[in-house]
Amino acid sequence: MVPTFTLPQLPGVDQVGAEERAARLATRSIKTTAKAQAIDLAITMVDLTTLEGADTPGKVRALCAKAAHPGGDAPRVAAVCVYPDLVATAVRALHGTGIGVASVATAFPSGRAPLEAKLIDTRLAVEDGATEIDMVIDRGAFLSGDLQKVYDEIVAIKSECRQAHLKVILETGELVTYDNVRKASWLAMLAGADFIKTSTGKVSPAATLPVTLVMLEAVRDFRAEQGRQVGVKAAGGIRTAKDAIRYLVLVNETAGPDWLTPQWFRLGASSLLNDLLMQRQKLSTGAYSGPDYVTLD
Amino acid sequence: MSTERLTVRKTYKLYIGGAFPRSESGRSYVINDGQGGFLANASRASRKDVRDGVTAARKAFPGWSARTPYNRGQILYRVAEMLEGRRAQFVAELRDTGLGKNAATEEVDEAIDRWVWYAGWADKLAAVLGSANPVAGPFFNLSTPEPTGVVGVIAPDSPLLGLVSVIAPAIISGNTCVVVASEPAPLPAITLAEVLATSDLPGGVVNLLTGHRAELAPWLASHLDVNALDLAGASADLTVECERAAAENLKRVLRPAESDWTADPGLTRMKAFLETKTIWHPIGL
Repeated sequence: MVPTFTLPQLPGVDQVGAEERAARLATRSIKTTAKAQAIDLAITMVDLTTLEGADTPGKVRALCAKAAHPGGDAPRVAAVCVYPDLVATAVRALHGTGIGVASVATAFPSGRAPLEAKLIDTRLAVEDGATEIDMVIDRGAFLSGDLQKVYDEIVAIKSECRQAHLKVILETGELVTYDNVRKASWLAMLAGADFIKTSTGKVSPAATLPVTLVMLEAVRDFRAEQGRQVGVKAAGGIRTAKDAIRYLVLVNETAGPDWLTPQWFRLGASSLLNDLLMQRQKLSTGAYSGPDYVTLD
Repeated sequence: MSTERLTVRKTYKLYIGGAFPRSESGRSYVINDGQGGFLANASRASRKDVRDGVTAARKAFPGWSARTPYNRGQILYRVAEMLEGRRAQFVAELRDTGLGKNAATEEVDEAIDRWVWYAGWADKLAAVLGSANPVAGPFFNLSTPEPTGVVGVIAPDSPLLGLVSVIAPAIISGNTCVVVASEPAPLPAITLAEVLATSDLPGGVVNLLTGHRAELAPWLASHLDVNALDLAGASADLTVECERAAAENLKRVLRPAESDWTADPGLTRMKAFLETKTIWHPIGL
């Protein structure tokens, strides 16, 4: 029996303030050696993702090879993120590399399926060897005010995850307000999320700086109050090294340097890795690189 | 009511990806007229504008090169129509650079004629530069010219005739280009950009930068996503530096040779930015 859930009193988000602060931090200039460090850090934080209907085992294997050997002396990425039926393929391909396999589950991306189906979805992915589960919350229930249902669902999925980390996707693009983002963040953390994640990448707008700022404040305040650290994953629409570095600045200035590791902050992306690698080449050779010098996705 | 109007002066910006942005660096430099007086401020592009230009050119390349040669020729002819419409404006701008009225008019006319001449070549290049080759075997063997890709162009100082004489041959065959305009006389280049922007030429096919050549050319030459380099307006020292940088990824380099832009251009410049593809096809299948 899941205990009845009550959300603590949360202050409203100052919308203008959050957007101004995110915009201000985005102008921070990161150059030369700091930039080189930031790029390498960003690469280690990437959840290299392929979530297409046309995904094949071959494509997933290629992606895994790229995750393990991004090119040159670039560091490895944090994890590869795939659909549940391709988890086994990814696990085999990444065996011995230390790279995690994340699987979306729970009727991703809409989350519109009965709880039993979501539980089975999760269980099968974990049994196939997924080390991280990216679940979506029931936005319909959240927006209609049924927070208990959202909470219960996260608790139930969490228990199916066993040793796997649970990332809870809030899909902020559908939550309408920053207040809702803050509420959903707290709800997910109270229900046992190991990570809170901005978006599925299937809805626009996906990750934005102000939304991530609100979520980073939530994990910071949650640790101060409850003593448990929760990670944040920004996903969707992050395509350039410049974007990625803006997120790193935001993490450092909002949650603090404790979160500035792949264990506590992730970037869900596919084309971002190529841009990071091209920027890396630019820094090491001094000449601008081009898409001919990185792998196709 | 006062009859005196406020002067409305033009802000000369860059032309990248079909838009007219200011330089990312926010810098500008002073352009003088023929007598050494102040004429206008031009944007002084930075290496990041070069990078943005190359990105835009690369993005435009698949679409532009996939168009039929006939269509490219029509679009270039449309550019010539727009040039003709702005004839007086170009004459005035060339006179600002110090040319006399007759000389300026002559240069504008020659520039438009040059553009039309290149436009006519679009659907004839394959016939003239391609070939059906006799081979010892039951095969059709065909060679066809194909565009090289993104061409970096250091435009010569001839502000209009020289400029069109380097842009038109690069794009007519399906290449896209990033052009560094004449350093002392860049203003007609930006007016040309206004013509290009209003004549069905897809954004990004031609990207025009104004600024210091010595500052911009090496970045263009070393950029790994640039496939060919036209050094028409580079000084001897700059040419050496650019050729060295271009060797890194084996860019095709066209070195400065001619300086008389009024002479018959021939096929040299068009040929320089083409690659030949040869295909073998079995006969009777």
